[in-house]
Amino acid sequence: MSIKKFAVAAYDDEAVLFPAVKKVRGSGYKIHDVYTPFAVHGLDVALGEKESDLHIAGFIYGITGTCTALGFMGWIFTTDWPQNFGGKPHFPLPAFIPITFELTVLFAAVGMVLTFCYLNQIMPGVKKHIFHPRQTDDLFVMAIEVDDSNAAETEAFLKSTGAVETNIQIAESEWWYGRFDKKEDYEIQQQLA
Amino acid sequence: MLNQEFKVPAKLKTTSMVLLAIGVITLLAGAGLLLMSKDQMAQNRFWAVLLQNSIFFLLISLASIFILSATTLAQGAWIVSFRRIPEAIGSIVWVLAIIAGVVLLTLIWTDNHNIYHWLGKNEHGGDYIPKNSLNALKNFFLSKPFFTIWTVIVLALWGWFGVKIRELSVRQDSEAKGSTKTYWANFNVSAGFIFVFALSLASTIPWLWIMSLDSHWFSTMFSWYTFASSFVSGMSMIMLWILYTKRHGYLEIVTDEHVHDVGKFMFAFSIFWTYLWFSQFMLIWYANIPEETIYFQIRMHGPYKFFYWINIILNFVCPILILMPRPNKRNYFVVSLVAVLILLGHWIDFYQMVMPATVGENWHIGWFEIGIVCGFIGLIIFLVSNKLTKAPLVPQNNPLLKETIIHIS
Repeated sequence: MSIKKFAVAAYDDEAVLFPAVKKVRGSGYKIHDVYTPFAVHGLDVALGEKESDLHIAGFIYGITGTCTALGFMGWIFTTDWPQNFGGKPHFPLPAFIPITFELTVLFAAVGMVLTFCYLNQIMPGVKKHIFHPRQTDDLFVMAIEVDDSNAAETEAFLKSTGAVETNIQIAESEWWYGRFDKKEDYEIQQQLA
Repeated sequence: MLNQEFKVPAKLKTTSMVLLAIGVITLLAGAGLLLMSKDQMAQNRFWAVLLQNSIFFLLISLASIFILSATTLAQGAWIVSFRRIPEAIGSIVWVLAIIAGVVLLTLIWTDNHNIYHWLGKNEHGGDYIPKNSLNALKNFFLSKPFFTIWTVIVLALWGWFGVKIRELSVRQDSEAKGSTKTYWANFNVSAGFIFVFALSLASTIPWLWIMSLDSHWFSTMFSWYTFASSFVSGMSMIMLWILYTKRHGYLEIVTDEHVHDVGKFMFAFSIFWTYLWFSQFMLIWYANIPEETIYFQIRMHGPYKFFYWINIILNFVCPILILMPRPNKRNYFVVSLVAVLILLGHWIDFYQMVMPATVGENWHIGWFEIGIVCGFIGLIIFLVSNKLTKAPLVPQNNPLLKETIIHIS
């Protein structure tokens, strides 16, 4: 958790956003994030995001589910409470397959949802700084990390890429838990003004 | 400019002719050595192999018409970039339908063999399926007139739909730009095909052609299981054609994204096949009723043990483990390898559906089986590659053409 200085630009069209992202990255600026009102196809590629490892986590959760189901049922029906069901063996693998399958899916699904929420920092009560109130409505908002030396220059550069609005914000870059406004954040904004 | 005019590479033409020649020679040799022999088992082997291969290659080609109809109805754009390939495969279904029809009707109307037991009499001279048993309900279904009429109707419809869908799609090329008349005509024909498909391959036909080989045994899931088997092999065949034509410089608009989508179908339907296979197996295993378990007795513990396990390894373990990572579905070598494994695996699946009831423990994988397979592969390659030269490889006026070019899977 750290408070950083951002140059923020808002665009009103995807067709302007894509070349802007390309130009900004080409000029060596570090993009903090881009906020869009809807999922823009190909933006992750344009931003150079690497492929998520979520599916590897999903595979591990799934294998955990498989092992849990087989291990638990195996332990119950061979060791803890062996019973005779219609003359079947005590470890009847075909009969265990449906439950194993269900538990694999359950573990993988629930685990992946929770991991997804963690990676994207979305949870009930978790707050993040909002760079522009219209970023979920009709504007595409790009935030770039800057320092005192290049803030003004970056803002001018963003203006030249076709942004309809630009400004400098000092904000918390990570998530926090609690009220919507972060007090310190607010005070810093006041001081800046 | 896109390279749209497919020319059959000389090597492919030679290969297909050689394979076809091997098939014809094997068929003649088989007729001489097996069919004319005094040995009942040799005759059964001749007919069972022809039955298995003609049905298998007919159904995997039929899968092309099904995927075309389904995606046309869903207005899926991803398939449009390579839709001339399933169209070409679908439009030769009538040839394979004639071959399968000849084999099936010969089996029904001649009686010097022992393939369909329900045609014959039992040892007391009565009907094979006693009139007063529960199985007597099958007497209408398993009768010569019904078998003949339904088989002919279904084969004719399949052949007609395959040709019609192709014809409409080609007609669209020469239409005025922006006209969607043919597109909607194709939409309606596809809806008709799905209806026919549900009544034929997805329900009655596998019961009639394959399941009735074990006439006392029954499984309502059998048709779905056969459908899954033929569909996943059909997608693998389409994949091989796409990669072959791409390798020779055609189909530039087909990218990794489209290949990835076909790979997903191969992956997902391998799991779907396993799901149905296991559902059929588990209920029978759990209930443990002798008249049902006899089907698995010969396959799991009897002479077909090898095929039974290799079936699961090739059709489930290999696709799920190899195709699971995303990069593998976009790697042309890996997907073509898996496509070949799936085709081999499902050929074996059909083999173990047909053979236990017809030749029992005297199974062979010998010159006759391999020769007939070569013949069918040669026939399909020859006909499909010729069909591909007849029309541009990119559907010109399809309203979804732009969407398919920019498609991201």
